[in-house]
Amino acid sequence: MTCTDYLVVGGGMLGAAIGYGLARQNLGCTILDAHDRDFRAARGNFGLVWVQSKGADLAAYARWTRCSTELWPGFSSELEELTGIDLHYKRSGGVHFCLSDQALADRQAHLMKLAAASDGAFSYRMLDHRELLELEPELGPSVPGGSWSPHDGHVNPLYLLRALHAGFIRHGGNYQANRRVKTIEACNDGYRLVTEQGEIRARHLILAAGLDNARLAPMVGLKQPVYAQRGQILVSERVPKLLNHPSNYLRQTLEGTIQIGDSKESVGLDDGQSVHAMAKMARRACQIIPRLSQRRIVRGWGALRVLTADGYPVYEHGGNAWAFSSHSGVTLAAAHALKLSTMIRDQSLDADLQAFTANRF
Amino acid sequence: MFHDISHASRQPCVSLLLDGKSIAVPAGYTVAAALLTQHRRHNRTSPVSGAPRGPFCLMGGCFECLVEIDGVSNRQACMVEVREGMNVCTQQGAGELTTDPETLSYEV
Amino acid sequence: MKYDLVIIGAGPAGMSAAVEACNLGLSCLLLDEQPRGGGQIYRNVGRQTPKGKELLGPEYQAGLPLLKAFELSNCKHVAGASVWQISAQGEVFYSVAGTSNAVTAEKVLITTGAQERPMPIPGWTLPGVMTAGGAQILLKSPGLAADEAVFAGCGPLLYLVVWQYLKAGVKVKAVLDTTPRSNYLKAAKEWRAALAGRSYLKKGIKLLRDIKSAGIPIYKEVNRIAAIADEARSLGTVSFCTPKAELQIETQHLFLHQGIIPQVNLAMASGCEHHWSTQQLCWTPKVDDWGQSSQQRILISGDGLSIGGAVAASLRGKLAALQVGYENGKLSVQQRDTRGQPIRRLLAKELAFRPFIDTLYRPAEQFRKPVENEVVVCRCEEILLKDIKSAVENGCMGPNQLKSFTRCGMGPCQGRQCGNTVTELMADLSGNPVEETGYYRLRAPVKPLNLSELASLYDEH
Repeated sequence: MTCTDYLVVGGGMLGAAIGYGLARQNLGCTILDAHDRDFRAARGNFGLVWVQSKGADLAAYARWTRCSTELWPGFSSELEELTGIDLHYKRSGGVHFCLSDQALADRQAHLMKLAAASDGAFSYRMLDHRELLELEPELGPSVPGGSWSPHDGHVNPLYLLRALHAGFIRHGGNYQANRRVKTIEACNDGYRLVTEQGEIRARHLILAAGLDNARLAPMVGLKQPVYAQRGQILVSERVPKLLNHPSNYLRQTLEGTIQIGDSKESVGLDDGQSVHAMAKMARRACQIIPRLSQRRIVRGWGALRVLTADGYPVYEHGGNAWAFSSHSGVTLAAAHALKLSTMIRDQSLDADLQAFTANRF
Repeated sequence: MFHDISHASRQPCVSLLLDGKSIAVPAGYTVAAALLTQHRRHNRTSPVSGAPRGPFCLMGGCFECLVEIDGVSNRQACMVEVREGMNVCTQQGAGELTTDPETLSYEV
Repeated sequence: MKYDLVIIGAGPAGMSAAVEACNLGLSCLLLDEQPRGGGQIYRNVGRQTPKGKELLGPEYQAGLPLLKAFELSNCKHVAGASVWQISAQGEVFYSVAGTSNAVTAEKVLITTGAQERPMPIPGWTLPGVMTAGGAQILLKSPGLAADEAVFAGCGPLLYLVVWQYLKAGVKVKAVLDTTPRSNYLKAAKEWRAALAGRSYLKKGIKLLRDIKSAGIPIYKEVNRIAAIADEARSLGTVSFCTPKAELQIETQHLFLHQGIIPQVNLAMASGCEHHWSTQQLCWTPKVDDWGQSSQQRILISGDGLSIGGAVAASLRGKLAALQVGYENGKLSVQQRDTRGQPIRRLLAKELAFRPFIDTLYRPAEQFRKPVENEVVVCRCEEILLKDIKSAVENGCMGPNQLKSFTRCGMGPCQGRQCGNTVTELMADLSGNPVEETGYYRLRAPVKPLNLSELASLYDEH
């Protein structure tokens, strides 16, 4: 039976980033990934590397988010140099559109709170319609305004995942697909896992299996109280440039396609679509960028976010086992790869991240 | 080149613009058939590489025959019948955006 | 407005189902993309010219009585309708001239038929390269043909179109037959099937004889083909190899064909389970004897089930209508079965020929799974074979991960022109069976949908 030093269960945004971080430090690491048709939150990402909405109620999360976004430019270059894959990462600020005066007022309050808790590290600007129009000349007349933050950026989340996988393998990591984990038990020198395709032993275990963490974590005495929240998006055909910055509702990719989001639905383990949500997103998109209305959607999507009750990550550690869940896998990818992996190596979670314990629920 | 072998009576003809040039096409032709009988081999350039592309499957399943019709980009030429006064343009890449989307019509 | 039955696709299966359903007293709506009924195989049969009728042949004309019966039936027919979503509750969303509508159906019957099997050769994206099916469509409507064309591939439709060109007096430059030599021996073992379909066999043999005696150059056992550009970056030359020679032919028209496969997009996006047919090398829906799919509200019929031809499609359409009639209470189970019996007998006779044809014209591996690294696999996004290989080397384990990593399958055709190729390639490259490898996860909208049109459907409640 194979035995590995570090075993990561899950090859999504968290698993691949952590695996990459471990392999990068020359630690023997295997990633076990499940199937092509699984839920895979990593494939439903919007691609925002985002600060301005994060952590108003939990300062540690705001700090962790900012830490990651500061690491992102170097992280992106490192991955590109290593793998030759262009991540399309860009950081020139991000916009949050507010579609009513009430939403604008709420937004202002939210960001003031975030700024106050950040010791001046978080900056932003509230913009009225005219100011927002300067940033986004295609803005529709009925949008009252929004907020802008220089910390925000975006990336192609699919190429990010691809680069993490490629980088992991480049650094000597062992990637195994089609190996859903059935059971885990502690044994002499670590953990024994029974997968669909045989058994594997590991000294150190990292659970990053998204929604499946809820099933796996208790097997090693950890808690991962996560639940599924569906998000739908629409993707347009290639379109001439209409957006200068990524935003909460719209993002134009380097290829020219426009991603339109999103919904937040509690429908259980159903990653399907609804015309209601699709129509709502389409209407909102046309309201924000009227000239988009003449173009077509070529693809729609539904994916299941891995959420906790308060929306913040849950990081657990017990013995040589770890379990991580977060729905912000893209923003946190740099921190997961470069910082969290070091904490795993040193077998000690930073004090600040103790805030993400499952015991808070 | 494609030519009409049907010996059908091809009246009436409709006149339309193809890249600014006025042409006469028998009613009932699709825009793709019109392009092919006008000896136009490509109707667009690919937004990925700029390579010229022409009609391929002729049944609406390949999205190669995309052209701009009356200001609307990405229309499948094989699925649209010619109409009097239609304005057909070769599409370059992702196509253009009209300034006034409300004026656009999607008639077939 | 709620219908007992909404049918999608006005080919032989759809039209037959509509006629049968209306005879049973079901309220019936048929949605079809084309301006007139007939699907692809009977395209324009209602308005065909005398010359067209002659060269398109008696089997094509056999579609006319069916079209007439359909037009006379009580079935409501919406032409120019592009269906983009079917919900689990039986809502069918479709687009006509830029406006979206929704109808509710007790049952939905998908009869969207078949499409050409992709044939990814080097240069197949050059203007001037088309499918033989496309050539035939132009022949049917409005009646166009290309001079000095090269036809390449295998399968009955390829020869049929060449023969039709012959009858139309249009010069065919060459036929490149890619049927592997070993297929003939294997097909001979299916002599029972050949015998069962001997009338088709006879027609086929006569067709081939006519083509041969017309002096059209026919090259057999062609094992490599490439389309080469001229200075205008359009097709100028076709180069190819037989076991004996390497040759080149100058031409501006190349028509490719290696059989047809079910169009799976609407059925798959609606959640209908499919499995891989090793006999026909394509994805086919999991259905019961009547066409009931794994989705309670959806039946599938016609060539969308498996390739069986127009007559089989028409019979299958009738069976689906009988089932809907039974579920709707118009027929008892005995009545359904009694009426179904003679139809099934005829259907069995039609399908008996398939094992012979499927074996004889089983496309060669290198034309289903290209070997040249520069071949474009995904036409829309211009993803090459070497890009796919590179992704697999970096751990990519399936078509959906491939789509995420490379954009292969993300373009407007939604995998129609690359999906089959990718399934087989990924199976090979990963060493997994095709069934396990799977297909793209398909989603609504099944055809591209205008944003303002979609937005107009928004209802706050």
